[in-house]
Amino acid sequence: MTGERLDEQTMALRVAKEFEDGMVVNLGVGIPTLCSNFVPPEKEIIFHSENGIIGFGPIVTDPDDADENLINAGVQPVQPKPGMAIVDHAESFAIIRGGYIDLTVLGALQVSERGDLANYTLPGKEVGSFGGGQDLAFCAKKVVAVMTHTTREGKPKIVKELTSPITAPACVNLIITDIAAIEVTNQGLLLTEAVPGWTPEDIQAITEAQLRVAPGLREMELL
Amino acid sequence: MAISKIVASFDEAVADIHDGAVLLIGGFGGPGECPSYLIAAVARKAVKNVTIVGNSGGWGPELIELLRTRMASVLRFPPDWYDPGLLVERGQVSKGILSFPAAPGHIHTPFEKAVMEGRVELELIGQGSLAERIRSARAGIAAFYTPVGVGTVVEEGKEVREFGGRSYLLERALKGDFSLIRAYKADRYGNLVYRGSSRTMNATMAGASTITIAEVEEVVEPGALDPECIVTPGVYVQRVVVRPREPCPWDQPM
Repeated sequence: MTGERLDEQTMALRVAKEFEDGMVVNLGVGIPTLCSNFVPPEKEIIFHSENGIIGFGPIVTDPDDADENLINAGVQPVQPKPGMAIVDHAESFAIIRGGYIDLTVLGALQVSERGDLANYTLPGKEVGSFGGGQDLAFCAKKVVAVMTHTTREGKPKIVKELTSPITAPACVNLIITDIAAIEVTNQGLLLTEAVPGWTPEDIQAITEAQLRVAPGLREMELL
Repeated sequence: MAISKIVASFDEAVADIHDGAVLLIGGFGGPGECPSYLIAAVARKAVKNVTIVGNSGGWGPELIELLRTRMASVLRFPPDWYDPGLLVERGQVSKGILSFPAAPGHIHTPFEKAVMEGRVELELIGQGSLAERIRSARAGIAAFYTPVGVGTVVEEGKEVREFGGRSYLLERALKGDFSLIRAYKADRYGNLVYRGSSRTMNATMAGASTITIAEVEEVVEPGALDPECIVTPGVYVQRVVVRPREPCPWDQPM
């Protein structure tokens, strides 16, 4: 009997523990965007968005407060924040390509045992969209991939070789799923945290790539 | 004679856009930064076989209406949002050089449908390389090496070269015939300022085409824009046209 799987909010909460005070962080669309809700007040994070806003505030939830001229890369209105800066698109990607993004959180379809990332297509869709994800995957100092551990059909998403089109090779540093945290190391994948109720054997059983169990394996902290 | 780049109407502003033109279309994916009335004028002109270059290929009128309802609790869309999807739906587009042609989720944009039906050609490229190719066109740079895309579909047909032990792709400048951009305020010299996140691809595309046309909210007297704060100098801009005060349908001549 295996444990429960985390919902999206709880996965986002776990990812947000990777944020360190003063980091410049870019969040992809979907689950990654939710991570901004879990920044502890003692940490100050500079959020960067591909469309050229840097150091913006939380997502606006009331359309009365929304400004169509202050949106993030997911076309969600955000709040202005003192200290915010605005640049054009080429400059925004100079920031990314130049290595000024400390950490990016990206959704993923598949991650390989070498940290190859596939995330620009959707199953069953002919046309893909890179958006800014490819630049981020290639150039951010740390790449966190967040996804459910398996597909809706129960197939592993952590694989030996990608079967979906590749976004960027050997770019992912850390994988957070709804059952585990897995580091990508030079010696392969290292299982460092398990969601309560899941054993390393349970996790390996639905992971195609080989996992090594970290000597200090611990339960994922969900508070 | 006093310089003035102000053009009286949108139809006049796009009068020389021709069949087969390469259009750099500003904006990102939302309504606030989209050069809606320039796109509408190109739709009315009914030119064919245009290549559109930009972040997205647009949602098109149908999906904009769907999103208007779905996103009503987050962001109210203006009634006069016309995006590149309008040109795609009307069969005016034969190619797109885009980074976000496909909608997230299981809806399909007009451009996606057109690709699936074999009506348009797609050159898919990441946003950073797209933006830098456009910036290079403005800056007189023929090509540049970027690490982004090596070992992926983006690499196909491109030179790969090593610098300092890392592999880079050669990406070429992407110059347009016309840049259609949206800005906030202009003066008669074509100096531009933007509002918030609407700067995005609009400021990048200014000057990257033979002709740059800016759609603005307001024209102000020279000197009213603080020279320290002008984002796009007027030398990059050939024409400025002012948006209507009240929303207008796309098919109304103006």
